[in-house]
Amino acid sequence: MSEEKNMDLNGADEVVQGRRDFLKHVCTSSAAALVVATSPAEAVEAASNPDADATVAEYFQGHFLLMSDEEKQKAIARLEKRYTAQYSKKTTVSNTEAPDGVLFGYALDIGKCIGCRRCVHACVKENNQSRNDPEVQWIQVMKMPKGNISFTPENLDKGYPEKSEFGDYGVQVGGNAYKTAGLSTEDAQNYYTDDTVPDKDFFYMPVQCQQCEKPPCVKACPVRATFRDHAGVVLIDYNWCIGCRMCQLACPYHARRFNWGEPQLPAEEMNPKTHYFGNRPRMRGVMEKCTFCVQRTREGRNPACLEACPVGARKFGNLLDPDSDVRRVLATKRVFRFKEEYGTYPKFFYYIG
Amino acid sequence: MKTALSFARDFSSFAIKGGRMYYAWLLFLAFFILVGSYTAYLQFTQGLIVTGATDQVTMEAFFANFVFTAHVAAAAVLVVAPGYFYHRKDLKELAVMGEVIAMVFVATGITFVLFHMGRPDRTWHIIPGLGYMNFPNSMLAYDTIVLNVYLLLNLIGVSYILFKKYVGTFHEKQLALWFRPIVFLAIAWGPLIHIVTAFVLASNARVGMWATAVLPFAFLTMAGASGPSLVVLIFLLARKYTKLEIGDPVIDLMTTIIAWSLGILMLVFSAEFFTLLYPSTEHADSLKYNMFGHNGLNMYVPWFWGVMVALVGSFIALLFRKVRHSYDRFLPLVCFVVFFAILLEKPMMLIFPAFSPTPLGEYAEYHVTLIELFNVLFVWALCFLFLTLILKGTIGILTGEVRHDKSSTASQNDA
Repeated sequence: MSEEKNMDLNGADEVVQGRRDFLKHVCTSSAAALVVATSPAEAVEAASNPDADATVAEYFQGHFLLMSDEEKQKAIARLEKRYTAQYSKKTTVSNTEAPDGVLFGYALDIGKCIGCRRCVHACVKENNQSRNDPEVQWIQVMKMPKGNISFTPENLDKGYPEKSEFGDYGVQVGGNAYKTAGLSTEDAQNYYTDDTVPDKDFFYMPVQCQQCEKPPCVKACPVRATFRDHAGVVLIDYNWCIGCRMCQLACPYHARRFNWGEPQLPAEEMNPKTHYFGNRPRMRGVMEKCTFCVQRTREGRNPACLEACPVGARKFGNLLDPDSDVRRVLATKRVFRFKEEYGTYPKFFYYIG
Repeated sequence: MKTALSFARDFSSFAIKGGRMYYAWLLFLAFFILVGSYTAYLQFTQGLIVTGATDQVTMEAFFANFVFTAHVAAAAVLVVAPGYFYHRKDLKELAVMGEVIAMVFVATGITFVLFHMGRPDRTWHIIPGLGYMNFPNSMLAYDTIVLNVYLLLNLIGVSYILFKKYVGTFHEKQLALWFRPIVFLAIAWGPLIHIVTAFVLASNARVGMWATAVLPFAFLTMAGASGPSLVVLIFLLARKYTKLEIGDPVIDLMTTIIAWSLGILMLVFSAEFFTLLYPSTEHADSLKYNMFGHNGLNMYVPWFWGVMVALVGSFIALLFRKVRHSYDRFLPLVCFVVFFAILLEKPMMLIFPAFSPTPLGEYAEYHVTLIELFNVLFVWALCFLFLTLILKGTIGILTGEVRHDKSSTASQNDA
């Protein structure tokens, strides 16, 4: 899409333009790429930058999963060319299939998590999210009061109404009666700015896409831009998404993020090793979310958030393999899934070490 | 073909003719269209970031207004149905007015959805064959189908009736065989678009305030109140400023529909509020936020109580015969209040507060931006421009001022 090219390579202000003048813009961005390209080889590559035909072809491309192998190769070549020119570094867009006989699962120890949010920032770095204004984060860490989060001990012997002829305990016993009960997120602090972590009176619960077995988002998408692959990961074809946000409405985990404006990704911070369904740079007006780092995990590596965790609270692995880390956690720890009552069957498990 | 061309010419030349007030009204709308074209350009080049929407409150004012247009579009059948089901002759003649309102409002709704989309340029992705439609899973896919079919049905119905009346052959015996089935299908389709739109919201289990079985009923009753309110206003204006004759019984029937729709709406609301508030589980959190605010975030509180007072007050007012028959004073006022109360209920009660608390316990207020507001006004101005012009032309045809055979203007009687 022409809109994707709004990132000016010289770092000047973003060029605002409609799709009607994409021709003009393609020319300017290839010229800019020529200027900033560091080596001659890169300059040559940038010069053979996507032309207008390629941009039009990208606009008319179908759903990636429904393409023939040849079309897929063409689509990927187009993207690689465009990203290479746009970020003036050699960018690869992989199309690696998920390995057979694998079902990816994640386990997170909320007893160990110290709330440092290194995972959040590693994720942003790895997955080429928009960096500023706004920074898009796929992981959100909730800071919650320790103990049972739905009551405060001081209120336990209070009653409502306070006075009655049956005693001073009321019908709705407990001053907690008017607080939302259950494993509620009511008192969660999502934007804590502590200098040091962990805070001893709190525990931390990072939330990201739970890769549900029965994802409400996939059901809600009117164009099937979001779907599940055979390794159980929910993915998005960014070039197919129409931006209606029905998936965001459906998701009970607040896991999906929308590109409200043009993503701001500085060329020097861009991660050039990308996957079509994973961390390739997105465009304005499409949905994105955690993919369990599809560009890494499909090649047998661990997700970036796991590698960044300083306390080893995160475990990733194949749920079909009884010896994997995740299966060992499921077999030996006290495990729960977040918001199980929604019947989404997440493949993201929380446990208490 | 020649007749069709002269139809288009006569129809549009009558539609743009009017008095000083008429031109002032068109100019007023043109202002918002002019400003709106610029703000729409800003939105389509910079993205939805120019609106107040966030990942927390992800539906903006466009979506809220879309739901409201579905109300009015669905309610237009209330003008059509009495004529065809109960053989009310006076309403049967006016049925085409209802169909015009339905047609314009459903088109407005579709425009609002395009404004709501992050990538309106990719709309073709949903066209089966060309793209891929996630049918039968996605409720938005159903909504796309029912809205477009409803638009088409009304387009066919309206053009057929108007053209037949224009050439003077609109008699029971001379109507095409497919016409009656189309009219009856359109009548059934009206509530359908509305129920499906309710399901688009109600299918989201995580939004506690929407995941309720009364939502379609709330929508239908609000449609029954807001749609006829607009119809009454249009009919009162039409019979005052044009030669179109609309009898008091027609207005009275519409008023009765408004009053009892409001009555049932009050029952629906109280049922919903009771069911949420008595057990007071986490499902009631959004409603409590809407009614009383949360930790100082109480932007929606006055809107909630304001809308409640307006709806209950209008219901009580309409119980008085004196108000119902005050055609030039209180009745239009009440209709105006009902129309706007239900229009404002959409963002301030139905859509925005429903997102708090978010799944991760955040409370957020929604602040409509200026660009967003002007885009909303842009779509409404377009809606009312087309509504005015098409209704004006339609009135010309109904009164016989616009017809093919210029010589026999007054003698022919429309059936």
